[in-house]
Amino acid sequence: MSPEMINLIVQATGESLFMVSIAALLGTVFGLPIGVFLATSRKGELFAAPAVNAVLGMVVNATRSTPFIILVVAIIPFTRLVAGTSIGSTAAIVPLTIASTPFIARLVEAAIREVDAGLIETASSFGASPLQIVFKVLIPEALPGLVLALTLAIVSLLGYSAMVGAVGGGGLGDLGIRYGYQRFMPEMMLAVVVVLIALVQAVQSAGDYLARRVNRRLRHR
Amino acid sequence: MNAHQALAVGEPIGAHAAISPGDAPDAMVRFEGISKVYPAYRHKPGVRALQDIDFAIARGSITGVIGRSGAGKSSLVRLINGLEKPTTGRVVVDGRDISALAGRNLRLAQRSIGMIFQHFNLLSSRTAADNIALPLEIAGWPKTEISARVAELLALVGIADKADRYPSELSGGQKQRVGIARALATRPNVLLSDEATSALDPQTTRAILDLLANINRELGVTIVLITHEMSVVRQLAKEVVVIDAGHVVERGHVADIFTNPQHPITQSFIAEVVGDSLPVSLASRLTSAPVAGGQAVIRVQVRGTGAGNTLVARLAREVGIDVALLAARIDEIGGQHVGSLTIGIPAGEGAAQQVLAWLAQHQFASERLGHVA
Repeated sequence: MSPEMINLIVQATGESLFMVSIAALLGTVFGLPIGVFLATSRKGELFAAPAVNAVLGMVVNATRSTPFIILVVAIIPFTRLVAGTSIGSTAAIVPLTIASTPFIARLVEAAIREVDAGLIETASSFGASPLQIVFKVLIPEALPGLVLALTLAIVSLLGYSAMVGAVGGGGLGDLGIRYGYQRFMPEMMLAVVVVLIALVQAVQSAGDYLARRVNRRLRHR
Repeated sequence: MNAHQALAVGEPIGAHAAISPGDAPDAMVRFEGISKVYPAYRHKPGVRALQDIDFAIARGSITGVIGRSGAGKSSLVRLINGLEKPTTGRVVVDGRDISALAGRNLRLAQRSIGMIFQHFNLLSSRTAADNIALPLEIAGWPKTEISARVAELLALVGIADKADRYPSELSGGQKQRVGIARALATRPNVLLSDEATSALDPQTTRAILDLLANINRELGVTIVLITHEMSVVRQLAKEVVVIDAGHVVERGHVADIFTNPQHPITQSFIAEVVGDSLPVSLASRLTSAPVAGGQAVIRVQVRGTGAGNTLVARLAREVGIDVALLAARIDEIGGQHVGSLTIGIPAGEGAAQQVLAWLAQHQFASERLGHVA
């Protein structure tokens, strides 16, 4: 494998990590509160707002059911508005964030719903406000589940990031398509797949480790 | 008819005299004309959980609320700390109408009412000490005061050495001690116990009930405990409220309730703890027809002062027959003897009739169970 090829792979890996990490960060910033709200806003719940919950749920479902490649193309004008351009890794962060936000929101909702309702009642019984319940009870108790949810989201984002090559987003997927497929360089395709496998393994292992560390439901000593 | 009305008109059934009437000035908790209806929702029909609830819980007392599951006791206790709102009526706690409070005012009032739960409801992500600190953090205490108070509470409930343990590393009894310490953290004047010992073994239950008795004695905290176990009421409570199908069917001092239960539900609860059931070996031999040369089996209820102690001897002496003691159980509850004796009388109609007549004359409730060989 030539030094040029190795350079290309290193550069593409950097682009992929950049896109995925920023999109995961923004997806969490937007997805976490949406997920917490979805988990606490049905009838009789902490922030009961059944109508808003239903509408938000539909928006989340609609976004999640749009194929990612179509989403990327469909929101080009919006991407240009936000990023100033619709081409390149920075621009690709916009569709990646929009795709990961509802995904993370649903995962967060599931993790929060796992928290025993008795704990909410307990905190209410000693006069905790709804926001105190969220920050002192729900999020800390759901933390292992939230860490695993974020891990899953990052792995999915690595997959999505391979598709943003279609709008010049760069990254590993783009490299694999252009060199491995279109220029027929199977060794390049193989190298890209190997790097992606290694990245997914690393992310998943780190996530599992962290989730175990924050899980106090199991005996440690 | 509810107990309060019964008390007012002096009717004996369902109301024992001299317990905290509804208008007592020293009431810590007062239920006034309470009903609670859960409206129909989706496929579930509406439920009338509580009706005509009118009574008071005296300051510094330990009151047991007993009922079968679904009787409404959970709803009743949740009215006290505002987790539930009554459909009609009001709940006055320490002079304040808690059912009228909402939002921040309700949350402030809730800090003076602690609660412990059947399944402890500890945060798995916090150590014992941090679980106890939670209500203090929520109340906005400064950090230094929190750690001093937590150390005090850990010592009070006897688990100072478990401060840094997570709930997953604690036994059921230790978890409930954390729960009790947490409930007492903000120095409440009422402690609500929602089946707090139902998930514990008998020995641990006894230890936890002893701890609650100490807390009541030393801190003067009013304790309201809901339970489906009469043994819990017997060990801890001074007053009993029996509820069934959303109504208070009987209430009074624990000794009065145990010695003279009026309502069938109360009687069935008492039968559970005073051991009215016969030993299996005896029950299996019991026949309804007299057995020649055998014995008639009679059960005598013992309720009250030490009368049961000399019963067998007096019976033998005064009626002049041999009395066999087949089974017996007598407990002391609130200074009163409560239990039953099962005795065997030599076959032949005459003897059994004589004994039953003597028992009736001396005001012992008794029944003939059958005959054994």
